[in-house]
Amino acid sequence: MAWTKQILRVNLTNGDVSVEPLNMGWAQEYLGQRGLATRYFVAEVDPTVDALGPDNKLIMATGPLTGTMASTGGRYSVITKSPLTGTIACSNSGGFIGAALKNAGWDMIIFEGKAPSPVYLYVEDDKVEILPADDLWGKSVWEADELIHKKHQDPQIRISCVGRAAESGCLFSAIVNDLHRAAGRSGVGTVMASKNLKAVAVRGTKGVGNIKDPIRFMREVTAQKKVLADNAVTGQGLPTYGTQVLMNVINEMGALPTRNMREVKFEGAHSVSGEAMHEKRKTDGKPNLTRNAGCFGCTIACGRISTVDQGHFSVANKPEYWGNSGGLEYEAAWALGPDTGVDDLDALTYVNFLCNEDGFDPISYGSTVAAAMELYDMGVITKEDTGGIELTFGSAEALVKVTELTAKGEGFGKILGLGSKRMCEKYGHPELSMTVKGQEFPAYDPRGIQGMGLTYATSNRGACHLRSYTVASEVLGIPVKTDPLETDGKPELVIAFQDATAAVDSSGLCLFTTFAWSLENIAPQIDAACEGDWSVEKCAEVGARIWNLERDFNMRAGLTGADDTLPKRLLKDAANVGPAQGKVAGLDLMLPKYYELRGWTTDGQLTDETRSRYRLPA
Amino acid sequence: MLMKSLYINPEKCTGCLQCEMACSFENEGVFNPARSRIKVFTFHDAGRFVPYTCTQCDEAWCMKACPVEAIVLNAATGSKDIINDRCVGCKVCTIACPFGTVNYNSASGKVIKCDLCGGNPQCAQACPTGAITYIDADATGLERMRLWATKTDTAHHAAA
Amino acid sequence: MKHIIIGTGPAGVVAAETLRKRMPEADITLIGGEPERPYSRMAIPYHLMGNIAESGTYLRTAPNHFRNLDITLLHQHVNSIDAAAKSISLDNGNMLTFDKLLLATGSRPTRPPLEGMDLPGVVSCWTLADARKIIAGANAGDDVVLMGAGFIGCIILEALAQRGVNLTVVEMENRMVPRMMDDQSGGLLKQWCQSKGVTVLTSTRVKCITEEKGKLVVELEGREPLKVNLVICATGVRANMELADGLLDTNHGILVNERLQTSHPDIYAAGDVAEGKDFSTGGYSVQAIQPTAVEHGALAAINMAGGEDALHRGSINMNVLDTMGLISASFGLWQGVDGGDSAALDNPQRYRYINLQFEDDRLVGANALGLTQHVGVLRGLIQNQTRLGKWKHKLMEDPTRIMEAYLAQHVPRHGP
Repeated sequence: MAWTKQILRVNLTNGDVSVEPLNMGWAQEYLGQRGLATRYFVAEVDPTVDALGPDNKLIMATGPLTGTMASTGGRYSVITKSPLTGTIACSNSGGFIGAALKNAGWDMIIFEGKAPSPVYLYVEDDKVEILPADDLWGKSVWEADELIHKKHQDPQIRISCVGRAAESGCLFSAIVNDLHRAAGRSGVGTVMASKNLKAVAVRGTKGVGNIKDPIRFMREVTAQKKVLADNAVTGQGLPTYGTQVLMNVINEMGALPTRNMREVKFEGAHSVSGEAMHEKRKTDGKPNLTRNAGCFGCTIACGRISTVDQGHFSVANKPEYWGNSGGLEYEAAWALGPDTGVDDLDALTYVNFLCNEDGFDPISYGSTVAAAMELYDMGVITKEDTGGIELTFGSAEALVKVTELTAKGEGFGKILGLGSKRMCEKYGHPELSMTVKGQEFPAYDPRGIQGMGLTYATSNRGACHLRSYTVASEVLGIPVKTDPLETDGKPELVIAFQDATAAVDSSGLCLFTTFAWSLENIAPQIDAACEGDWSVEKCAEVGARIWNLERDFNMRAGLTGADDTLPKRLLKDAANVGPAQGKVAGLDLMLPKYYELRGWTTDGQLTDETRSRYRLPA
Repeated sequence: MLMKSLYINPEKCTGCLQCEMACSFENEGVFNPARSRIKVFTFHDAGRFVPYTCTQCDEAWCMKACPVEAIVLNAATGSKDIINDRCVGCKVCTIACPFGTVNYNSASGKVIKCDLCGGNPQCAQACPTGAITYIDADATGLERMRLWATKTDTAHHAAA
Repeated sequence: MKHIIIGTGPAGVVAAETLRKRMPEADITLIGGEPERPYSRMAIPYHLMGNIAESGTYLRTAPNHFRNLDITLLHQHVNSIDAAAKSISLDNGNMLTFDKLLLATGSRPTRPPLEGMDLPGVVSCWTLADARKIIAGANAGDDVVLMGAGFIGCIILEALAQRGVNLTVVEMENRMVPRMMDDQSGGLLKQWCQSKGVTVLTSTRVKCITEEKGKLVVELEGREPLKVNLVICATGVRANMELADGLLDTNHGILVNERLQTSHPDIYAAGDVAEGKDFSTGGYSVQAIQPTAVEHGALAAINMAGGEDALHRGSINMNVLDTMGLISASFGLWQGVDGGDSAALDNPQRYRYINLQFEDDRLVGANALGLTQHVGVLRGLIQNQTRLGKWKHKLMEDPTRIMEAYLAQHVPRHGP
């Protein structure tokens, strides 16, 4: 079984909390977490709903393996409609709260309505209370976390929380859990704050049982943990360097988007790389990286625990930032670094701290700053707009200042909080926004890694690397090496990755296991834990069903095939250096084939046949 | 007899809690860190994780304080084991143990503590980084570990 | 060597066992005044609740435990001690001689000097015999008054409530467990009991008890009298010092030195009857608690056996109490010390409370309500006199982080 088979429904408008049995029919079709919550969401929410209105809902969902001993089995997802993209939003996070929710006996929580005044939800096993949060509103995530722990006098409570960014309407606000893990993308935090919901605090002591075949499950778990340990990426690369192992690699292959994607290589890449995080600072003799850390149940432990040099300008006289906290991961380091042209590791670490402290997505944020810097470079934005800040590419000082403003939703930070698309439109230069469907790109230039172009264009939540991480194949050769500059075969690759990813995201496991695991390793763990027959084929089918369901929602929300595109810069301006020199993103060479393989019309709409094939709701 | 002992090296711990799950699964039949006999403490500011459980100290404060002989010495492993049928749940051992490693479980109305899984500690089996190992008691480092464990022994020198 | 131990509570039993370990050849006699095998009063509440049989209260479970250790166990009252002759006389007329004698005679409940306290419906809760009376006399629907909301009173509350009686607690002091918990937590305990349907009258004195139509009438100062079926008196205990009268130096208990030796060099005292060294104050006081009894018993025995280096550095006064499911604990100088700092967190709605008392940067006392995890570390910090350094500040900010404070100071940075 592994599901707790119980969900919580919390109506914030009238304060009702109710318990419902999990729809086990849907669980067999959508597994859990991302898929199952999306099924609930689609059944209950009008796709055209105002994302920030009370009729939008927000679901926090665990997977069947969340809270079990399966390696990385601590994930949870937040599903809602995104205020940034207008699409379905599904943001996945590790840390410990997912397992806590499961331990408290809940597969998911569905939030609906809007509280009349700020509240937080406290869940202690069966005891569920909506409590006033007036004293928490206006506080950062880190402050609120401390206050809640003290109030309940329980250090073991796990907390998901929004910060001041979300409260002030920043459209790419995150829901931060365990201080520095986050359901980061697509503005799920903005939706949470729009409901006057400051935090969800969970203490679970019931445990996770209901394993279909405990002996087989433990045998599978032990065997698959060994696969992770023996793999070069999950056993060595990620623990040692984290995802930052990629900074130098991607830069070398000319696929590191630089200065708002004007360039594909960054001269300062090394100084902000995973390797650099290990180097002792000249000033205090300590490396940026203190140690690696694992999320719940994770035997990879790619997490970074870092400090900022106490003498660095960003934290001088701010002892509250001298301790350790969540350090840079690759996407954040890229967006805040190469994309803005800043090569100051301490500044990036501090800025990353602020993204965690006040809950905003460093990818979207860094990318938006990059666009603002380009606008500043062009003279479109001036010091008058920025409140006197010289927002030039490469300025660590400027980056730090605008981040402090964005965290609190003040001054020019309020403009940056619009995200790149709206900001560029506001200043009359929509072409400078490096986004798809309104969401900013992550750290792989599709001119140098062609599969990622198709990944971005077709992602159901706007530009995102975590919907089909073809980098694994195109760069690292996992599971097979494909040529990153080639477009042939990429539609097939992208679809296989999209479907497998949707299944993994619905299981409770972390996508990063797939550097070493395929569904061949994952399905047996699900099958040993969950009732039903969970073959590799069924998992892939569930993945495809989820993908189509998300797509269906987006189409009903008003998106069309025309939204499956990339910014002109990537389609028209060729890479200027490196292996991809002269290349543009060959989206037109891949998209028609992709639609065809998906069973969609030539303009990207689902057909009735596809709908019935996956038994999608009418 | 050569005893084995849990050897914990916090510097290797990533805080993943595999040990807590393994412990609770072995002892409670469910994955439940809240009922684990070993607990990983997180020092956020310091960037440090410290797994911690009973050191099976010679002093055995818990065993001596128990009014109904519900904590007994396991001669094979050296662990001090709770006999569930005898434990009345009076909690005296929970305040007597100066290491804080005997805890009351309100669900069962009894106390819980590490019993080395009868000589095959599952936390050590599950630990992915070697932060928790089960090694010969005379191996390097153990004496030092005992030393810091028994630093707490200041009440008297009455080890009989 | 002939050793006699009077008293079969934890202090006496542990002393006998420790002696046997140290002196395989010695003649050891353990004498108890109650008819049962040595048992633990700590377990009586659980017996009252029906969780365990009488046998579940036994200190030692093996049927022939004492015989196997070659310890003679006598169920007799001791009438007197002849210190000069080094002998004792028993109820049955027998006389026993000793080389060393240990008085572990414990304590007994006291009753306030009020009219009616000797009525048949007034019982104590101290011995197994008392427990039997309560089990027989407190039936569902009965009205019961519990006099005294001290440790004993509180710990049997749940057992009484479970028996379905209508319960009223009458406490003279302004709060529950006044000798264990501070105003705030004592007040919260009252609130908790009331929320569970128990009437708690604090700052209330009983004037007298009378009998009327088969019922007991408990007259209260400034309140309507209570008509009840049973009165359980748990107003306090007193050391059983009769044997020491005129023979040994006494105060609230029998005075002992760091070797648990009384004013007579061959007579020792341990447990509830002894006024032993207090770790926190350095002074001497009676600590009628299980862990102290065990420490006393072991140490006294080592000294009786001629142990050299066995000086008592003092016991920490501490208690843990389960009052109808709400767990409270106290350690050391929970009232605080002059010039010391304290840190408290209070959440009355959730019945959570913690109060730490510091002297300089060392923890010297604590009160906690609702804390069940790692609570023993409070003892560890106090007993180690751990220099908390910067962790004192962190505990002042958030006193719940005691375990971290302990580990930060006791687990070395670079591995053990």
